[in-house]
Amino acid sequence: MVQLTLPKNSRITTGKTWPKPEGASNVRKFQIYRWNPDDGQNPRVDTYFVDMDTCGPMVLDALIKIKNEIDPTLTFRRSCREGICGSCAMNIDGINTLACIYGMDEIKGDVKIYPLPHMPVVKDLIPDLTHFYAQHASIMPWLETKTNRPAKEWKQSIEDRKKLDGLYECVMCASCSTSCPSYWWNGDRYLGPAALLHAYRWIIDSRDEATGERLDELEDPFKLYRCHTIMNCAKTCPKGLNPAKAIAEIKMMMVDRAV
Amino acid sequence: MADVNRGNRPLSPHLSIYRPQMTSISSIMVRITGIASLLIAFFVVWWLLAAATSEGAFAFIDGLMRSWLGDLVMFAATWAIFYHMLGRLRHVIWDLGYCVNVEVSEKLAIGMFVLATILTFITALAV
Repeated sequence: MVQLTLPKNSRITTGKTWPKPEGASNVRKFQIYRWNPDDGQNPRVDTYFVDMDTCGPMVLDALIKIKNEIDPTLTFRRSCREGICGSCAMNIDGINTLACIYGMDEIKGDVKIYPLPHMPVVKDLIPDLTHFYAQHASIMPWLETKTNRPAKEWKQSIEDRKKLDGLYECVMCASCSTSCPSYWWNGDRYLGPAALLHAYRWIIDSRDEATGERLDELEDPFKLYRCHTIMNCAKTCPKGLNPAKAIAEIKMMMVDRAV
Repeated sequence: MADVNRGNRPLSPHLSIYRPQMTSISSIMVRITGIASLLIAFFVVWWLLAAATSEGAFAFIDGLMRSWLGDLVMFAATWAIFYHMLGRLRHVIWDLGYCVNVEVSEKLAIGMFVLATILTFITALAV
């Protein structure tokens, strides 16, 4: 359900302002969401100052620099630092993206960093993605076949393989789903853009033989049809994919098989 | 994953921190104009009902509808109805599988705003 304000335990308070680095001339201000599960306090926004002359170009570089040099308690996920693992997805400057491939030159003014929106927070910038992953698992993200296994491999023509472009690149970072207002209000039952993009990736795979069952599973007022083509998903996707288009294709397949 | 304090996890902020997008604003505007048009429809129904009821009842609502405030509300309602209609047309285009990408949708969003405004002025000049 639509709930415009945050619950009482989630209201954000003003946090600590950490000291500026000494002798630095090119300093940038960072405002970062913090929440510690152990101290019983509400979330807060801490202010940090980072010397840009000794910092890498990406937002993740600054986060790592803060953790190394200013505040070792700052907690965030990161791994590949090249936009392929999807770990460092967070809300930067008002949009969801991957900290490792978002340059600080793309941001005007102070850098504001929050965890992915409308998610339970584990600590600081780490959201709990349990439900998000469960939704992904629910769409059967694997090749379903009924015919006998071929001697060597499941073959696919070049044209059929091309249908998977723009879908298989998804790294499941959850930026799109957590940018979607419909997912905010109905995320418990609406699958969200990421899971639906993956659902479509298997639906149009020429080798998959469970298309009917997959569509049956999605034929639901909430799972699929809470998508109102708001398109925050496509706008924010750090990989430049278009989940809205994938969802529209599923909706059209639903109509096609009904008439 | 260490399951510390799971029951009391805060909800991360959403509306208050997410930067408004052209597409999301035009989407919620379609909804708002739809609801607003419905509210205005009540006044129109009231007007018609009053006309069929008594002279006094009609005079009251007619006075309200023809006042400067009534004119202003009806002008805004005309815009809302046009905008909502164009928004619904956009949904038809999307549902047919066309224009489902950010670049075109953003242009359509601006187009809806401009066209609704033009249509409203044409209507206002015509009546």
